[in-house]
Amino acid sequence: MRQVDLRDALRDVAAVGPGMGVLGTSFGLLVVGSGLDWWWAPVFSVVVFAGSLEFLLVALAVAGTPLAAIALTTLLVNGRHAFYGLSFPLHRIRSRTGRVYGVLALTDEAYAIYTAPPATSLSGPRILTGQALMQACWVGGGTVGALAGSGFGLHLPALEFVFTALFVVLATEATVAGREATGPLLAVACALVAQLVAPGEMLLVAMGLFVALLLVRHRFSAAREAARA
Amino acid sequence: MPDTGDPGTGHLVAVVAVAAAITVALRAAPFAMSATLRSSALVADLARHLPAGIMIILVVHLLSDVPLDSALVGVRELVPVAVTVAVHLWRRNALLSMATGTASYAVALALVPG
Repeated sequence: MRQVDLRDALRDVAAVGPGMGVLGTSFGLLVVGSGLDWWWAPVFSVVVFAGSLEFLLVALAVAGTPLAAIALTTLLVNGRHAFYGLSFPLHRIRSRTGRVYGVLALTDEAYAIYTAPPATSLSGPRILTGQALMQACWVGGGTVGALAGSGFGLHLPALEFVFTALFVVLATEATVAGREATGPLLAVACALVAQLVAPGEMLLVAMGLFVALLLVRHRFSAAREAARA
Repeated sequence: MPDTGDPGTGHLVAVVAVAAAITVALRAAPFAMSATLRSSALVADLARHLPAGIMIILVVHLLSDVPLDSALVGVRELVPVAVTVAVHLWRRNALLSMATGTASYAVALALVPG
């Protein structure tokens, strides 16, 4: 790796790295606060490496949620990642191993940082170094938080809200980006119906219902456009 | 988060494995997708509308733990959510929104304990 790649990667990550470290620390605290051993924090962050999903996984796993519900939740929460590859500059990375890591570590942050500049200005090593630095911040923060939580018995009830706040922020971002109110309102309706009908399987029912409604709506709007043409 | 004890190492390993496998498959999917599928109207439609709805369902799920036996407890949980949304719409800085929301939750917990 050339020194210039390291310097560029450090600059790329400077804006998000500290935030990932702080959020990672609260993830580590959540892990031990949920009654798990501290080393689960780095295990989750190295193997899964999907920030917001990891918070959810810990909560769901501790509540004994069945694997089917966990699989569907992962599919839908990380479903957005299936669209990231459409514009991520993976072709700038030459080595095979490098490309594999590039895909494994294709997080929201990596996508946001490396699809913004023109692909020709990015070298493979710079992208990979940036991704590795971000994962280091996340894993490092998580480990520090988990060790602090188990070592000093640090327990802050208010910190549980960090997790809710993260999803409130993501929901707000996505709603603004979607530029329409019907979808979000349908989602609220699905969530409330599922909560009433099947409180034990709320996530599965609500998400399934919401995807079904989106598919039906797509079908109708496609049929309408075909009729107009 | 309720502390319901040890969920069992086997279940946790399975959770990590399932979540990791699906996440990797999702991240790799577009590179394996055909050009026709990449540009399909359905994929574009889902890309635009799925994320917000899924996040909203998760927020409702997270709030559904709140016991509804007292209106005050409901307010205690909902006000920090409203604060988080408001600060985020105002500054669009995720860390600031989360920090303000969490601080307001700490205040709410102190005012309405239990």
